[in-house]
Amino acid sequence: MPLQSLDIVRRSATTLPSPSVREPAGGAVAKLIDTTKCIGCKACQVACMEWNDLRDEIGSNVGSYQNPHDLTDKSWTLMRFAEYENPKGDLEWLIRKDGCMHCQDPGCLKACPSPGAIVQYSNGIVDFVEENCIGCGYCVSGCPFDIPRVSKRDHKAYKCTLCSDRVAVGLEPACIKACPTGALVFGTKEDMKEHAAERVEDLKSRGFEHAGLYDPPGVGGTHVMYVLHHADQPGLYSGLAQNPHISPAVRLWKGLSKPTALGIMALTALAGFFHYIRVGRNEVTDADEAAAARFDAEAARAMPPATKPSPESRT
Amino acid sequence: MSSDPNGRDTIVRYTAGVRTNHWIVAISFVLAALSGLALFHPAMFWLSELFGGGPWTRILHPYIALVMVVAFLFLATVVWQDNRMLTRDWTWLKRWRDVVNNREEDLPEVGRYNAGQKVLFFLMVLCLAGLFLSGIVIWRAYFGLYFSVGTIRVASAFHALCAFVLICGIIVHIYAAIWVKGSVRAMTRGTVTPGWAFKHHRAWLREVRHAAHSRPRPD
Repeated sequence: MPLQSLDIVRRSATTLPSPSVREPAGGAVAKLIDTTKCIGCKACQVACMEWNDLRDEIGSNVGSYQNPHDLTDKSWTLMRFAEYENPKGDLEWLIRKDGCMHCQDPGCLKACPSPGAIVQYSNGIVDFVEENCIGCGYCVSGCPFDIPRVSKRDHKAYKCTLCSDRVAVGLEPACIKACPTGALVFGTKEDMKEHAAERVEDLKSRGFEHAGLYDPPGVGGTHVMYVLHHADQPGLYSGLAQNPHISPAVRLWKGLSKPTALGIMALTALAGFFHYIRVGRNEVTDADEAAAARFDAEAARAMPPATKPSPESRT
Repeated sequence: MSSDPNGRDTIVRYTAGVRTNHWIVAISFVLAALSGLALFHPAMFWLSELFGGGPWTRILHPYIALVMVVAFLFLATVVWQDNRMLTRDWTWLKRWRDVVNNREEDLPEVGRYNAGQKVLFFLMVLCLAGLFLSGIVIWRAYFGLYFSVGTIRVASAFHALCAFVLICGIIVHIYAAIWVKGSVRAMTRGTVTPGWAFKHHRAWLREVRHAAHSRPRPD
């Protein structure tokens, strides 16, 4: 790590703690995305491109404002546009800024096999360290939100960094700075929750009875949170997960089974070693060779002598 | 009948072709296992240095594994016939205590392979089939787009499980070769002594002798 202004609380594929004495006094950070204030202008997408020096391929229009169509190695954030007809028959345009959720319990980090390719800073940001990335794509399998993208060019995984480089020096992420409506706000997670509570109260008073904060407990909460008008149906927002959690298959694969399997392999080898020194080798003795010779003689006597074996009978 | 340089009688157990085949499987297995273990547990990640670092380990592992699977297919077709379980094999398995304590006197006669070898063989067939199929699913460079993330997750866990069982099985296989003296020689020089065949694979020795005696002399 060339710049380590932030201590690391979790490091992929590492069994011992990383330097983690320094803690942010204000607690962890969070980005709050208020979907009810978003106008879909994509200023956040542009700010992300600019700050991170990313220029994705220019795609084609498929009849939606959504552009590009999906997150890519060069598009780390994306406005997803959903047209929802509510029970009253009115159209609602639900726009959600998609990108890494910065889970408190990150599935990508759990799945990653390369030491230090994914880290979680003490302020909650989950960051990919591409120098250590081996391109296996396990993070893609581990992620409950389908966020990481492995580049076709360098076979490294990329995603939103929550502008960890800016946050480390006291700046807010680029997308926050660009948002014209205040739909994006950034601060300590506690402050963001308070702010969200005010927004939810306001929305409820205006008829959105199911308005609420999206901070899913299945992944220990996230450091990117949403205010939703329909918090009871997050799926309306272009398939936002209802109850995201690390898949049981990933937990099995990357959990206790790792040390257990390694231990059993070592024990199998050890069992062999101790068998060798306790029971000992199984050797052919001279008596066995003599018995074999008698066995052969009997076999030969039972057969006509004219059919002696030829040199070709080796196989 | 073949003989060793001292003129002592020997029996051919594995031809040069089968030995080559076996060792291609063995070498590729060791490389696949080491590179796979590097990605399985952080404590083993240093093994990736043997392959030129993490990315090279990720790149090479599936190709090495393909060599192993293809070579094993050839080997399996050669030895399949001799690995079918017979009634006497189940008796042999039931007396495993005699087996592990080197008491072979009361065991039923053994053919070309004993029941332990046969069980291990079918375990290897199953594990390699599982590894191959799940390995295709998680080979992201070529097949990443063809499977859902749910399938890839299950395949990843299943791949690790099959590899674990296979590695444990191979540890047993290697140990058995060290334990039963004369076995390594069968797979390196190709021959065994009549005493070895008599002691460990008497029914096979009988077949070999019978075939040799009843074969008409080629003139």
